[in-house]
Amino acid sequence: MSENLAQQDSPPGAVALLILSAAGAFLGLMATALSPDPLFRLEGWIFTLAALAGATALTVGVANGRYRPDPGRYEDGVIRAGAIATLFWAIVGMLAGVLIALQLAWPRIFYFPEFGFLNFGRLRPLHTSGVIFAFGGNALIATSFYVVQRTCRARLAGGLAGWFVFWGYQLFIVMAAVGYLAGITESREYAEPEWFVDLWLTVVWVAYLLVFLGTIWKRKEPHIYVANWFYLAFIVTVAMLHIVNNLSLPVSLLGSKSYSAFAGVQDALTQWWYGHNAVGFFLTAGFLAMMYYFVPKRAEKPVYSYRLSIVHFWSLIFIYIWAGPHHLHYTALPQWAQTLGMTFSVMLWMPSWGGMINGLMTLSGAWDKLRTDPVLRMMAVAVGFYGMSTFEGPLMSIRAVNALSHYTDWTIGHVHSGALGWVGFISFGAVYCLVPWLWKKDRLYSNALVEWHFWIATLGLLLYIAAMWVSGIGEGLLWREYTPQGFLANSFVETVSAKHVENIVRALGGLMYLSGALIMAYNIYRTIRQPAPAVLPEASGPIVAAAA
Amino acid sequence: MSGLTYEQVARFAQQGGTLYFVVIFLAGVAYALWPKNREAFRDMAHLPLRDDEDEHVGS
Repeated sequence: MSENLAQQDSPPGAVALLILSAAGAFLGLMATALSPDPLFRLEGWIFTLAALAGATALTVGVANGRYRPDPGRYEDGVIRAGAIATLFWAIVGMLAGVLIALQLAWPRIFYFPEFGFLNFGRLRPLHTSGVIFAFGGNALIATSFYVVQRTCRARLAGGLAGWFVFWGYQLFIVMAAVGYLAGITESREYAEPEWFVDLWLTVVWVAYLLVFLGTIWKRKEPHIYVANWFYLAFIVTVAMLHIVNNLSLPVSLLGSKSYSAFAGVQDALTQWWYGHNAVGFFLTAGFLAMMYYFVPKRAEKPVYSYRLSIVHFWSLIFIYIWAGPHHLHYTALPQWAQTLGMTFSVMLWMPSWGGMINGLMTLSGAWDKLRTDPVLRMMAVAVGFYGMSTFEGPLMSIRAVNALSHYTDWTIGHVHSGALGWVGFISFGAVYCLVPWLWKKDRLYSNALVEWHFWIATLGLLLYIAAMWVSGIGEGLLWREYTPQGFLANSFVETVSAKHVENIVRALGGLMYLSGALIMAYNIYRTIRQPAPAVLPEASGPIVAAAA
Repeated sequence: MSGLTYEQVARFAQQGGTLYFVVIFLAGVAYALWPKNREAFRDMAHLPLRDDEDEHVGS
């Protein structure tokens, strides 16, 4: 130990992080001790214990002379952790989804009045945040750390900061999830966590931005590869959206409740400016970055048109930011603002399809691989679903169509064709690519299991969205049916019971999609546990561990 | 009589906004198609295919 310390100075980043963790634990303990709010104390305990765990791990690490990274090698540890976290949260989030889908079909299932946390209203944000922020977010952070290092030829900046981003983000997820189940909510869609969790995410996200920018800053390539532009747009815009939408005033600094800084229709517009750009920049821009790296890499073809990717990028980010008002058709929002949101949503069709064509045409000359490589096929289908849902979205944003579709299951189906078809499949594809690369295996444990995953998930997805089209349009038609006297022909509960069968099909589809993820988790586990190949194929380049 | 009317603001936002977006879009297209950038973009398109994962990043 003393030898190590003599060889090199103590890593300043680790020591600073240790001090910050200890300070965080102290602050958490004080807040927990002083708060009269039991929900706040619950979150306070989680934060305190996490900070203590962090401080302990750092103490042990510093004492044993760890955290002296080799600057000549890529930082891959945090990406390996991210790949595992991606799969773990995928299963948690999708399981919550299946649970609430079953509750929609049979309201009494898995519901006991004495356990409030099993209520649909508390489980639903667990599902949405679980799949979007926990599964999608971990996939984005892990792949962005991989892509930015490889395409910049630079080690991840900031030393341990990458690990802080990873663990800090997991803490955000746990605090948000436990809060939902305990009954803490801001009631803002996809932004339910309360003010103190929002502040923590802001800290983590700024660290993420700095790590990413720092890596780009020290790049050894003259240009910044297009995937990094998409990742950067995702990180910067999500920071802006998160901060503005969560401007709020806590009732007490020791309590869990806060109230938005905005009121009335301004509040609604701020929320949906955030909400739609969560779709545009979290669920689209970041995953397009994945597409622009992993599809060419897997197909061993350069991106079809780099020029198109530049036009795709700039037009997508400039147009997306205006589309939010289409969530507020026929509300108190002024008509001109609704029209503006609708117009920009329709215009979005063009960059979206430009991107889809660019992704699919990257496979030109390698179409045969779709037959033999299920991972590449998964990513190609993802790009196809990107095209499908970015066609459906502009259609639904048209006010007259929205009159039928809004508040119905059609919207839910649309979200899931994007989330399961596009976001889920491109993330699965990226993780299938990453795991053998990161753990230095020459291939996945089983391609047959990838085939199983692909087909069971695709069928589940088709069942899901077909059921939602039928129930959504049916529901919309029932809602707008009038009697000759001008009364509504159907009571609300009649329109709910009318979609019982569709709700069962939807739960089945979700269960199939979840089964695919479980198959994947098993396959990835076996891949990691495979013995290392005796001789690496030439394509993976020189091993330099000995030289370092 | 104070400040701008709704019509004035609307005219500025509509015409100015249209002009702004057209100019931004044309600038993006011009950058993408600029002949001088052709080589750099071709090079960048091949970047993912070149970055062997175990390559040493240090100089």
